[in-house]
Amino acid sequence: MGLLIKNATIVNADKIGEKPQDILCQDGKIIKISPSINAGSHEVVDAKGKKVLPGLIDIHVHLRQPGHEDKETIETGSMAAVKGGFTTIMCMPNTHPVIDNPMSVEYIIREAKRVGLCNVYPMGAITKAQKDEELTDMAELKSAGCMAFSDDGKAVLNSRLFRLAMEYAKMLDVLIIEHCQDPLLTAGGVMNEGAVSTRIGLKGDPGIAETVTVARDIEIAHYLNSKVHLAHMSLKRSCELIRFAKSQGVKVTAEACPHHFALTDEACASFDTSTKVNPPLRGQEDVEAIKKAIADGTIDCIVSDHAPHTKEDKEVGFDDAPFGLIGLETSLGLTIKELVKPGIIDLTKMVDKMSTAPARIVGLKSKGIIKEGFDADLTIIDENKEWTVSQAGFVSRSKNSPFIGWKLRGQVEYTICGGKVVYKV
Amino acid sequence: MTSWKRKHLLGLDELSKEEIELILETASSFKEVSFRDIKKVPALRGKTVVTLFFEPSTRTRISFELAAKRLSADTLNIAVQASSTTKGETLLDTAKNIEAMNVDAMVVRHSLSGAPFILAQGLQCSVINAGDGCREHPTQALLDMFTLKEKLGHIEGLKVALVGDILHSRVARSNIWGLTKLGAKVTVCGPATLMPRGIESMGVKINYDLKEVLRNSDAVIALRLQKERQQDKFLPSLREYSRLFGINQAKLQEATSHLIVMHPGPTNRGVELSAEVADGKQSVILDQVTNGVAVRMAVLYLVLGAKGE
Repeated sequence: MGLLIKNATIVNADKIGEKPQDILCQDGKIIKISPSINAGSHEVVDAKGKKVLPGLIDIHVHLRQPGHEDKETIETGSMAAVKGGFTTIMCMPNTHPVIDNPMSVEYIIREAKRVGLCNVYPMGAITKAQKDEELTDMAELKSAGCMAFSDDGKAVLNSRLFRLAMEYAKMLDVLIIEHCQDPLLTAGGVMNEGAVSTRIGLKGDPGIAETVTVARDIEIAHYLNSKVHLAHMSLKRSCELIRFAKSQGVKVTAEACPHHFALTDEACASFDTSTKVNPPLRGQEDVEAIKKAIADGTIDCIVSDHAPHTKEDKEVGFDDAPFGLIGLETSLGLTIKELVKPGIIDLTKMVDKMSTAPARIVGLKSKGIIKEGFDADLTIIDENKEWTVSQAGFVSRSKNSPFIGWKLRGQVEYTICGGKVVYKV
Repeated sequence: MTSWKRKHLLGLDELSKEEIELILETASSFKEVSFRDIKKVPALRGKTVVTLFFEPSTRTRISFELAAKRLSADTLNIAVQASSTTKGETLLDTAKNIEAMNVDAMVVRHSLSGAPFILAQGLQCSVINAGDGCREHPTQALLDMFTLKEKLGHIEGLKVALVGDILHSRVARSNIWGLTKLGAKVTVCGPATLMPRGIESMGVKINYDLKEVLRNSDAVIALRLQKERQQDKFLPSLREYSRLFGINQAKLQEATSHLIVMHPGPTNRGVELSAEVADGKQSVILDQVTNGVAVRMAVLYLVLGAKGE
């Protein structure tokens, strides 16, 4: 027996289906899409009046396990993912210990399978212990299950090492994801450097810390004719550099986070530490530029950069608080509220940014499209339904969100992963 | 006339022109108390004022203590070393423990910008900011404005220069808020490496030429230069700083004779000001210290008497 979704208005990245279809899932795959399929003994989900999207994919998540289970675990992170409509997440390797060896990769995969809610793909570190000194055994890590590599949390500052990493990754056909930030320029900044940081006396992190690294990485990618994916772009100037690089045929892809198009650095003036994030919230001009870059394809995908921290971690002064905010449960709602409802992108483009493009970028060949033969990962939403973000509503182990109290658009009704209902509102 | 409604004084950013004027007028009537034989009025009898300093300070703390005592409040001074925060006790925990002993006002200095906001949100008692990180030092700016008004008669239309490390200066920020609200024209002058990005948005002009600034100012407030700034590479050397931005008698020749020289103290003699200038007839540094007590009496009196908010 399979899972049958009746009356599905299918939204793929290329079009919204004109007539409702039934989708039959069996053995983890979509086996049939047709206007009417007999229910037989199948479990039935009625999607009438709702939109059915390919399962959302977030390629930038911190699950904190192993090492910081007080902040999040693979289990609670998976719960947050499916509640937010995600069927696939990729977790960053900056755990304790760092994911730089096959045992750690296998541990995450095994634990995610035990939890059994969504697909979890661990990323490997680019350098051993993320120390920016020696490359990890990427081929071995690839065999263990890593499709992408990143030292996220910091850049590979050593430019020669980064060049070597990109050459090596090209040989293995894996993706390098770069956290673009030069710490010598950041110099301890805790928020965006500008009029607001000047006014409230917090140490500024200048935009050039990001853009000089973006420019360097683009140049290395151009020189080697290699792929590079740039994480959490936050600045107008970064978008301009990427737009130029793409126009020159450089194989660069880029992602942006909802908080970088929903909030400006004015939010930091409350000294609310949930607004402390890396890269920092930027100015209004940057927010507008990120939206435009998402719409015109300069930014390929939307990621949450879900970064859980405990109340104890965050209930300190702004300077002392760790960077990061949780995003898995608000990513879709913020995207619909800030981008879809105002008409900056439509639902098909949203599906591209949150499922089809991320699948393509990391090489998930049977995901990101609702099509016979593809994986039965589906997200059913009511895109018009309004809901309010509340602290009590989060299933993530941490609650560090600056969006508590916000009214968002777009309710996840069902999340289906591998042909199983893993979340129901 | 405006009545005072605020329970806390966190910064001049949030005050209206009228509220600042009310503090200055109240200070004016309190100043005389410090010149009596019996330097005490019963205004805050029975109130407890705690100074809670997480950073070393001599004059600000003493000034607050004397201000509270001259209003007949009981005072307690607590200097918290970094150790209690390394023991895991948060700023708010420390403050709540003190508040649990029923204090009426807490005067707080902390190296974190925004620290007084954390306390004001978490405590029942009044919070008075005695300097937070690089953000604000409101009573210093108030005593600076009080002194300007006393020496030059008015603030509206005055040309005031702030000279030195603007980037790290809470005194500069509070003065910019206060002075611009009261209609003064403020120029900031200092090394470009210590000039914060976007400072013009606070309503000031930038000028790197100290002589020109002195020629066009009625008052100059020299800011304290922390010696660490040289180690942090902001400055090539203190000698070069002093050459460009130190105020000495020769540079003062450029200024009008009515120009007054101010400094929040403690002064690095020979760096921000030459000894000659610091002790010279245009210097009003000790008047600032005297006025500090009157201004802090006014702040304690208003904040502890507030019924609103």
